[in-house]
Amino acid sequence: MHPTTSSTRYSLPAIALHWLLALGLIGLLAFGWYMTGLPFSPARLKYYNWHKWAGVTILVLSVLRLVWRFTHRPPALPQAMADAMPRWQHVAHHGVHHLLYVLFFAVPLLGWAYSSAAGFPIVWFGLWQLPDFVSANPALAETLKPWHMISAYTLAALIALHIAAALKHQFIDRDGLLRRMLPGSAA
Amino acid sequence: MTFTATFRAAALASAALFATAAMAAQALVPAQSAVNFTAKQMGVPLQGHFKKFDAQVAFDTAKPEASKIHFSIDTGSATMGSKETDSNLLGADWFNIAKFPKATFDSTAVKALGGGKYQVDGTLTIKGNAQKVSVPVVLTQSGATTTAAGTLPLKRLAFKIGDGDWADTSMVADDVTVQFKLALTGVGKL
Repeated sequence: MHPTTSSTRYSLPAIALHWLLALGLIGLLAFGWYMTGLPFSPARLKYYNWHKWAGVTILVLSVLRLVWRFTHRPPALPQAMADAMPRWQHVAHHGVHHLLYVLFFAVPLLGWAYSSAAGFPIVWFGLWQLPDFVSANPALAETLKPWHMISAYTLAALIALHIAAALKHQFIDRDGLLRRMLPGSAA
Repeated sequence: MTFTATFRAAALASAALFATAAMAAQALVPAQSAVNFTAKQMGVPLQGHFKKFDAQVAFDTAKPEASKIHFSIDTGSATMGSKETDSNLLGADWFNIAKFPKATFDSTAVKALGGGKYQVDGTLTIKGNAQKVSVPVVLTQSGATTTAAGTLPLKRLAFKIGDGDWADTSMVADDVTVQFKLALTGVGKL
């Protein structure tokens, strides 16, 4: 019997969504950074469409992830670890995770709003036209454009912080905390 | 200059003026008119319009087949609402306004179909490429204004609009729809 298995590890769907979205988010952040530097061309327009399709896909997966998170309590930190953490680390631990979730939604929604405001409705995979929750308005588009970027950079910074903290646990503290987010049988 | 030469010049000038006046029997009201177009880019509908255009219309309600319509658009007035697309739209691959500042339509035949409906055949020239087109037009009257409205589906590549890299129709579809609404004064009762 391994009494720790169910309580110390994230559930398999949570683990799958975590790594799938980790790849998706980092890939799309890099892709967004790359494509905005390209000169105006058919290729650039194509990349913008792909970026929007991927962004909407990530948004959908994030909704799924949030629903899963609300209905499946994640494992608590190991007691000894929680006791040893100073207060600021507890605050940072919760703060970063909450902010990450806020940005999972804010970044794509700001991108979507910017696209609509710029007069380009999103047609998901070229098949389904999504509703515009803001109307085409050049002034609004100019206002929203930097906010999609600022929120994306903030998300990138928080992801870097999240990875740094995980690596610290893995290689400095050597406490095996990362195993909670890895599938496997041995706890 | 002799008296005769002056007289002849004056006569010619007035004849030319008269011809122009007859040709422009009706006048366009730009503020109440619009020329819009719709294109699709990877499934995304995009709207654009021309801000500057003009029409010389000689339309006889009693004898529509004798009508003459000349329509011209300043291609440089095309806009799709964003700075980036607009600067591209005016460049060599798209409207190439430096070489082709005007797109024109000249009617060759006007046929009344009844109920305010007409079929206007003519030559549409964009970027130096002339194509025969047949335009369905509906006329409606309100007060002194007669509005001619219609929709014309076009193939952009027939006019080399969006050349080079942009000729790829998986990016920007070949089909473009032009919607127009031209308000005219001086048209007789239908």
